[in-house]
Amino acid sequence: MNMTVNIAGVEWKNPVTTASGTFGSGVEFSEYTDLNRLGAVTTKGVANVPWPGNPTPRVAEVYGGMMNAIGLQNPGIELFCKRDIPFLKQYDTRIIVNVCGKSEEDYCETVERLSEEPVDMLEINISCPNVKEGGIAFGQDPQAAERITKVVKKYAKQPVIMKLSPNVTDIAEMAKAVEAGGADAVSLINTLTGMKIDIHRKQFVLANQTGGVSGPAIHPIAVRMVYQAAQAVKLPVIGMGGISCAEDAIEFILAGASAVSVGTANFHNPAVTMEIVDGIEEYMKRQGFESIADMRGIVNQS
Amino acid sequence: MIREKEQAVVLAQEQLAEGIFSIWIKTRAAKEAVPGQFISVYTEDRSRLLPRPISICEIDGNGQALRMVYRVTGENTGTKQFSRLRAGDRLPVMGPLGNGFPLEKAEGKKAFLMGGGIGVPPILELAKQIRCESRQIIAGYRDKQTFLAESFAESGKLYIATEDGSVGTRGNVLDAVRENKLEADIIYACGPMPMLRAVKDYAGERGMECYISLEERMACGIGACLGCVCKSREADPHSNVKNKRICKDGPVFLASEVEI
Repeated sequence: MNMTVNIAGVEWKNPVTTASGTFGSGVEFSEYTDLNRLGAVTTKGVANVPWPGNPTPRVAEVYGGMMNAIGLQNPGIELFCKRDIPFLKQYDTRIIVNVCGKSEEDYCETVERLSEEPVDMLEINISCPNVKEGGIAFGQDPQAAERITKVVKKYAKQPVIMKLSPNVTDIAEMAKAVEAGGADAVSLINTLTGMKIDIHRKQFVLANQTGGVSGPAIHPIAVRMVYQAAQAVKLPVIGMGGISCAEDAIEFILAGASAVSVGTANFHNPAVTMEIVDGIEEYMKRQGFESIADMRGIVNQS
Repeated sequence: MIREKEQAVVLAQEQLAEGIFSIWIKTRAAKEAVPGQFISVYTEDRSRLLPRPISICEIDGNGQALRMVYRVTGENTGTKQFSRLRAGDRLPVMGPLGNGFPLEKAEGKKAFLMGGGIGVPPILELAKQIRCESRQIIAGYRDKQTFLAESFAESGKLYIATEDGSVGTRGNVLDAVRENKLEADIIYACGPMPMLRAVKDYAGERGMECYISLEERMACGIGACLGCVCKSREADPHSNVKNKRICKDGPVFLASEVEI
């Protein structure tokens, strides 16, 4: 039995990575999680220049999950390359750098800068609901998504994963658009736009008014969208949204995902990613699967 | 990889005032804990998954147990669930987290130890451990429910301020300072943001060294998610912008370093 997966030509030791924004660059979580155990670490989004992010409160708990509107605070690509990549290089895991931007030029500058760096894959965030300009503007219109994919691919040396937004009418159409643009893989779902009101203060809980909903509550929505995307494109799909245990992760694989990302659950249990790797392995043994590929997309096929 | 979430055991729990509870837990976190740090406390209910950051109120002498005094924030909340726990129950926790009060800065100085409302509890362990020429403890409350006030008896002279004037000085902690003509060289404070702003201004006007403990809604509690930042005067070396992480870089900050 083997747990390796091949995502766009990059071999991971197992199908589990971290969802961008929930794990920083792994520095803090490395005290609680052995990063060597993960298939890949996906970093928090980084832009060409430092971004200060949104005002606080930036996070709130909601029933079955949470909301965030961090606003893509990041230290900028230069410090990231100097500090965060060398940190991650100490570990035997794949490095996926999530890239954010406000314009085509922003994305391209960061992607080009990363071409000289020892990172394995790029994930392009065209789906953040929490920044006013850019980001989501590329992620809700198929033509814009195809175009930004094409442009980024011109500068990218590493395989490009396009991260899709669930805040669209037809997720299959978005997946097809980035496939047409030349993406090497897709990942989904980013957070669902939500709102929470403090009834005592009669104000929005988040300073940004709206925020992205994540956590177990969104898991069935994410499984549905991953299934639809996997049916629509030939690209490898990285499934995420509300995974808090191995069973949740396995659902994505059966729905057609080649790999999975764990996000909000890291806040509840900073060792959860390792537990999910172990849980998937146990399931494979119990069910007699020889490889992840054997179980991928087999829902309703027997 | 050295740290992990653990199952603490509840040793005792009591209600101190309306909505205010005191819980002692047996936890490994007690061994390295220092005043001003906090503990991430989790519910067993998977629909409420974020940790509740709760400050450390007391550390037992053997480093085996911690006391937390916390406010129940409403019906159907995680803190409401915590308030129902009894001796022998389990409580998932992680910690200690964050940086405590810099105790050594007070050596040879006259110190104000100021707590307001649910910011009073961390001042108790601070008062027990701090070594300085003299310590004046100033606690601010809403009304006559002056929880923990009696616990400060062994640690120094206590001055109380209440918003409704029912005990001590009417007003806030700074009103108590003025009314009692108190003076100090250094301030340690924890409390609501309006109090901390006033204390920061008071210290700034007098050129006093001042350390404040900040609070913000948190998610990870360990510095990864950037949920709980505050504005900083200078660009922070970690964030590379004028933001500091309250959970990781704080919660105690030199007041002049942060914009509140």
